[in-house]
Amino acid sequence: MLKKTCLNSCHIDAGGKMVDFGGWEMPIHYGSQLDEHHWVRESAGMFDVSHMTVIDILGLEAKPFLRKLLANDVDRLKASGQALYSAMLNHEGGVLDDLIVYRLTEGYRLVVNCATREKDLAWIRACSEAFEVVVATPAQLSILAVQGPEALSILQSVLDPAQARLLSQLAVFESGFVGDWFFARTGYTGEQGAEIILPNAGAEALWQALLAGGVRPIGLGARDTLRLEAGMNLYGNDMDEGVSPLACNMAWTVVHNDRNFIGEAAVQAARAARVQPRLIGVILKERGVPRVHYPVYSGDACVGALTSGAFSPTLQSGIGFARVSATTQPMFVEIRGKRLPLEPVSLPFVRHGKPVYTVIS
Amino acid sequence: MAETRDNVRYLASHEWARLEADGTVTVGISDHAQDALGDVVFVELPEIGRTVQVGEEVAVVESVKAASDIYAPVAGTIIGFNDVLDAAPETVNEAPFDGGWFFKLQPADDKALNELLTPADYRALCAADDH
Repeated sequence: MLKKTCLNSCHIDAGGKMVDFGGWEMPIHYGSQLDEHHWVRESAGMFDVSHMTVIDILGLEAKPFLRKLLANDVDRLKASGQALYSAMLNHEGGVLDDLIVYRLTEGYRLVVNCATREKDLAWIRACSEAFEVVVATPAQLSILAVQGPEALSILQSVLDPAQARLLSQLAVFESGFVGDWFFARTGYTGEQGAEIILPNAGAEALWQALLAGGVRPIGLGARDTLRLEAGMNLYGNDMDEGVSPLACNMAWTVVHNDRNFIGEAAVQAARAARVQPRLIGVILKERGVPRVHYPVYSGDACVGALTSGAFSPTLQSGIGFARVSATTQPMFVEIRGKRLPLEPVSLPFVRHGKPVYTVIS
Repeated sequence: MAETRDNVRYLASHEWARLEADGTVTVGISDHAQDALGDVVFVELPEIGRTVQVGEEVAVVESVKAASDIYAPVAGTIIGFNDVLDAAPETVNEAPFDGGWFFKLQPADDKALNELLTPADYRALCAADDH
């Protein structure tokens, strides 16, 4: 029996093609994944991401605990409401999960992936034993992400005045509460927008108001191509417990100082190693669609494989992430026995609807 | 419910084949297939003049979801392909039995089409697929 978010009937009413996504019945698309992708880049779309996991870390030692638990340093969050992206590592320096941590007035809120929920909670609880903290999983919450160049203006028009005022005051990667509704200027598309965590009871009314305001529902298919163009990792594809943050384009999120976080020694050892695979963007220079696991070549040598790949609706070509030990051109990807030329590029591919990548030479 | 056409025959792998008045055979994929694939983004089509055996892989359709091989429904020689699909692969989704055809072949045996699934057989197969 699949789990359902409380917006399930809204998805079906909107024509959602429902699939099993990590044990949840979720919409893969509502007719055309490509149209949905373009709609987010050009206007505004909404994503039901209620299957994701909200974990609140409360108590006197919430901050020292998270400074130990996370590879990014919550000490960088200087005011309540600020947010940062972090890896949570195991002792071997592999990525247990990636997450966003928001500083609350008291304590912190983590939003972690859906498929990693039980593993993460077990790990966080075990690591928290030496600290005076409470690990809470607030229930009966829905999460709606509204993304696109028109997302904020449409949200302003459907929210009540206090909510609209808060949203207008938030900068990117800031958050705040109005009553029990949590607003954050974060997202997974490379566009303007907000993520709203709210009680289930209010979710359907918000969905309907946004629909009436011109926001279109967006399925998991377009969510994947939007995040790929935005250069954002997908846990389980681009990294997992066996992958160092240095090998999945997450080195920028790892902060070394005197606090000694879990996995730090292993990350330092990996930094010292001479050959370090890295995750880069690749663009296919011929027609075709590069997909996950396809082998990647530099000259005649196989130097790695794609960790994600898709047809980019914005660039109108095949794109992907490749974890490779070399980027010397010419580079190729093998698609069903044929080697087709690839261009190695910086990430992201797209920001705010426009190509922003540069070729790695 | 996906559309089917009565003037074509089908493969279990969801291609359709239509015998034209001039004895050639036009091949595409069914409405059921395009719906299952999702948005088509690229179609790799065979070269004209290629001789193909029945069941041979002759084209590839790439959708947002997956790459799928397209098989020759009968033996013969490729005599044309649909160059509209190069610039507008979405035609496969919009008109799978009409503008979204893939290629034409001259069959080696003009009775070979009778070996393929009838529309009734194919509808039964799709109904089983949906359950």
